[in-house]
Amino acid sequence: MTSLAVVALLVSGYVLVMTHPRLYWGNVGNLDTPAWLTLPIEQTLGESGWGRSLHFLGAWVLVLTGIVYVFWSIASHHFARDLVPRREELSTRHVRQEFSRQLRWRIPRGARYGLAQRVTYLLVVAVLVPVVVLTGLTLSPAVTAAYPFLFSLFGGFQSARTIHFLDSLALALFLIVHVIMVVRSGFTDQMRSMTFGEPSYGEDPHLTTDVVGNRR
Amino acid sequence: MEKIRISRRTLLATGASALAGSWLSGCNDLVQRSSGSLLGAADAFTYAVHRALLPQQALAREFTRDSVSVLPANGTTNPDDENYQRLLKGNFAEWRLPIAGLVTQPVAMSLNDLQRFPARTQVTQHTCEEGWSGIAEWTGVQLSRVLAAAGIKPEARYVVFHTVDGWWDSLDMSDALHPQTILAYGMNGRDLPVPHGAPVRLRVERQLGYKSLKFLETITVTDRLDNVEDGTGAVGVAEGYAWYSGI
Repeated sequence: MTSLAVVALLVSGYVLVMTHPRLYWGNVGNLDTPAWLTLPIEQTLGESGWGRSLHFLGAWVLVLTGIVYVFWSIASHHFARDLVPRREELSTRHVRQEFSRQLRWRIPRGARYGLAQRVTYLLVVAVLVPVVVLTGLTLSPAVTAAYPFLFSLFGGFQSARTIHFLDSLALALFLIVHVIMVVRSGFTDQMRSMTFGEPSYGEDPHLTTDVVGNRR
Repeated sequence: MEKIRISRRTLLATGASALAGSWLSGCNDLVQRSSGSLLGAADAFTYAVHRALLPQQALAREFTRDSVSVLPANGTTNPDDENYQRLLKGNFAEWRLPIAGLVTQPVAMSLNDLQRFPARTQVTQHTCEEGWSGIAEWTGVQLSRVLAAAGIKPEARYVVFHTVDGWWDSLDMSDALHPQTILAYGMNGRDLPVPHGAPVRLRVERQLGYKSLKFLETITVTDRLDNVEDGTGAVGVAEGYAWYSGI
């Protein structure tokens, strides 16, 4: 359901931006003011009604599942345990080792997250997703009436719109790479562990990773 | 591990039931407007959440006069209507705005009548649903004052607006009575220009621009929307534009 919601957000987001494919900074931006960036998209009017409704349908699914994720993460110490890189992992030797492994397209199966995963997921969870949510809220006149600091936070309505767009591109890129990696590292296992937790790895000492020794 | 697995399963179940619960309770009386579609349901949910969680008297940001920018006039810029053109030639001296429906004292107000109320001037951002924006200074009378003068009956729940160019839309009482919801007759220190909806337009600052109807013709107070026009609440709903656009 969340994957469907993400696809809905990307498709409808594209529909919305093609209604006015010009980006600006500050509060004001319209056809009579200079654009910071004009996207190579043909302007298409009249599709934004359902586009916006679909965007919100997707957003609500993700907000509600996101709330569940955050509560679960707090309860299970997911952030500290799985996402924040451990001190040993940040040693020069380990970083170099990880980097060369990534370059050779070796993907460890199962077990804990590797360093690159931790850093990327942390960036997504702690930066890209909160920013995309907050900039999205800044586009809502009812929300900014209640919380005007959102304008100050992002430097105005049009700045928030521009950041929202760039952030969604970054998230789309992450998603594409993520899906490729999931498929390459064993799709069925990953789906099982995503849904039901990690039944075998945690209980079999041979399969758990110590920090550096990712199973190869 | 064991502990986590349990908590995740529990969460899956609680999450699903919480979601179902909030969905059902949130949409209760809005389902009629969502016409059963999933997209309509999402908009109805947004509306319910905004009304439940956002402070209802919060004001949209007001800017200083020097922030005023260019603001393209969208939609109809000069109504192709014989009566309107006649009124325009007479400087709208003959123009009247009827306020009817669930009011104790139905009235038809002239431009002068509206200008005799205490005026409110606000420099606000117009946010178009297409994604562009502009800042202008608007001067007018709070809709709440005009409605109070006509005497709203207690069963009133919506205010319906019709315009010269065939548009119509409606607001719930939260937006209708909001301090920044004004009937604007002035823009940037002058009379409201024709392209921006002369003689009087609506400003609804907590929703997207398409709720701020131009060229107002009538105002009707009502307790239900299902018997107004096509029953959807606004002219754009049939084309997919949400009735509530506080977004």
